Amino acid sequence: MSEPVITVTNVVTRFGPNLIHDHISLTVGQAEIYGLLGGSGAGKSTLMREMVMLLLPQEGEITILGTALSTISRADAAALRRQWGVLFQGGALYSSLTVAENIGITLKEYTDLSANLIGDIVAMKINMVGLPAQAAELYPAELSGGMVKRVSLARALAMDPQLLFLDEPTSGLDPVGAEAFDHLILKLRDLLGLTVVMVTHDLDSIWTIVDRFAVLGDQQVVAEGTLAEVRKNSHPIVQDFFGGARGRIRSLGAVTK
Amino acid sequence: MATLSLVLIGFLDVQNGNQYTESRYPDSLFLSFKLGKKLMNGTSSHKGWIEFIDTQGGMTITSRGDWVIEGLRDVDRKLEQLVHKTRKVPVQWDVSGVERVDSAGMMLFIRYYDLLVLNNCTLEIIGAKGEFDKMYRLLRQYVAGPPAVGAALSSRLLRLLHELGKGFVSFFMDMVAFLSFLGENFIILLLALRHPLSIRYGAIVKNIEEAGVRAMPIIALTSFLIGVVIAYQGAVQLEKFGAHIFIVDMISISVTRELAPLITAIVVAGRTGSSYTAQLGVMKITEEIDAMRTMGFDPLHFLVLPRIVALMIVMPLMIFFADMVGILAGMFISNIHLHLSYGEFLRRLQVALEVKHVWIGIFKGPFFAWLIAAVACFRGFEVSKSTESIGRYTAISVVNAIFLVIACDALFSVLFTELHI
Repeated sequence: MSEPVITVTNVVTRFGPNLIHDHISLTVGQAEIYGLLGGSGAGKSTLMREMVMLLLPQEGEITILGTALSTISRADAAALRRQWGVLFQGGALYSSLTVAENIGITLKEYTDLSANLIGDIVAMKINMVGLPAQAAELYPAELSGGMVKRVSLARALAMDPQLLFLDEPTSGLDPVGAEAFDHLILKLRDLLGLTVVMVTHDLDSIWTIVDRFAVLGDQQVVAEGTLAEVRKNSHPIVQDFFGGARGRIRSLGAVTK
Repeated sequence: MATLSLVLIGFLDVQNGNQYTESRYPDSLFLSFKLGKKLMNGTSSHKGWIEFIDTQGGMTITSRGDWVIEGLRDVDRKLEQLVHKTRKVPVQWDVSGVERVDSAGMMLFIRYYDLLVLNNCTLEIIGAKGEFDKMYRLLRQYVAGPPAVGAALSSRLLRLLHELGKGFVSFFMDMVAFLSFLGENFIILLLALRHPLSIRYGAIVKNIEEAGVRAMPIIALTSFLIGVVIAYQGAVQLEKFGAHIFIVDMISISVTRELAPLITAIVVAGRTGSSYTAQLGVMKITEEIDAMRTMGFDPLHFLVLPRIVALMIVMPLMIFFADMVGILAGMFISNIHLHLSYGEFLRRLQVALEVKHVWIGIFKGPFFAWLIAAVACFRGFEVSKSTESIGRYTAISVVNAIFLVIACDALFSVLFTELHI
């Protein structure tokens, strides 16, 4: 594995009396698609919120692209925010802006590119995530769930980030749409050399696109590694995850293949 | 008000304190935005750079440096100017000096490549290296149409007309939709009258309480103040003629016939109309209204009809209440300012105030109520999926309701005068 892009070291998170993370550590490598797994309430999304500086852990350190988040300066934080794109679970598109404006907002605010060029870039990104060109003038309220995810991805990609954070990118999509979305992420990673961190509990995504992943449970990282490595792990949470009916069907498919 | 907001801020602070460490990073969108811009100009040491050389029967474009998002402004501007005056010439574009390129830089290249081709230039690209070439192939497949070009002046003028026409058509469609909403409601009313047991009496009573009883304090306050204002203005004028006693006529007729209905309607439009729109709008966003439809509960029957009926019942009562408070206020002021005793005032009131004036004021009540409730519910149903539209339609609803009430009042004025009532 090359130089790690993200390292999480001994992170402790508490919400009042509830302990969410108890000294967890993990690393994400360059150009890797890294999954964060776990049941509901295992603290996957919380960990991601800590990585994107929406939440400060009580203890421990998170280092992203060589910058430690606990002692980051304003200028470094601003620079770092431009290195990543975040896709929120619900899309979090600005409801008062059109699709094109949503995608182009960072280009408009942060760069001095001309409006025509921004228009071209936005049109290309819309095309890249597989949306029809007419979608540009629509408002978020007029989009379907799958389109919202795609627009949100295009917005996350607007500034050519090195890092992409995806919070349950395929939840709420139909299986066909989810698979297409997975392939899109895979393609973008291969083409642009992105490092992708995704929160997911979609077993199909884990089988098809995730390179390495961590399973969160009992406030710990119970397993980390590639699919083959993790499946050998005998921890009950891991076994429950892959031993359930849905997991078994997939395993059989993998064996007969 | 100030203390209230201070208390609120304090409350929020306490809330935040309990809420562990939400967003304690150096943050604030505005600040990072400013820093972002500054940062960008600072870091781009190898800005994108471009040069044009006219050669015999052609042109050479040489580009160098980092063609990344931060430093493309100059290149963009120069190429823009170039494209305007370059037509039908062979162009050699040397890109071998380009070090880094990202998708914005590549889009810039593709944009002006395409524009030059549109201008009938023949292009030859020299020295496209690995990264440049890879990026080009990647993005080229996603470039859909011809590059976007800013609108010319004539089309901007046309756009003004276009917007005007669109505005008019949408206004007209709005009217049609409102009329069909009213028609639909009338049908629902007739159906409800055929099956009186299906009417939601509970909802009607609850709405009467909400829109009427709870509005009594504010109605009392506003109509009291109106009475005071009229009495003061009248007293000063009438005192000049020594016609003190006519203050009674002035107050009683103007308040009962015009002012009490109008003020009540405006307060109700602001208070109840806006809440109707917001309530129905939120129900629309949370899909409650769709859920009702699938269960066979007609929202017009269950939500709209009780609101309209309740307001139509309670409005005349509120107007009568406002009449009394307004006249009472006038009586106080006459006593204080003109030294007109209460007994004299009341005796004059019996002579001066014909009962028809009171009836005309009250008669307007149901019409105003119908307009306010119908327009508020109509706007509530127009709310779309976005949260922003609730605010927009609530504002529209209040403005529409107040306008309609005043227009209706003007109509009644003309009508009653012509009928010599």
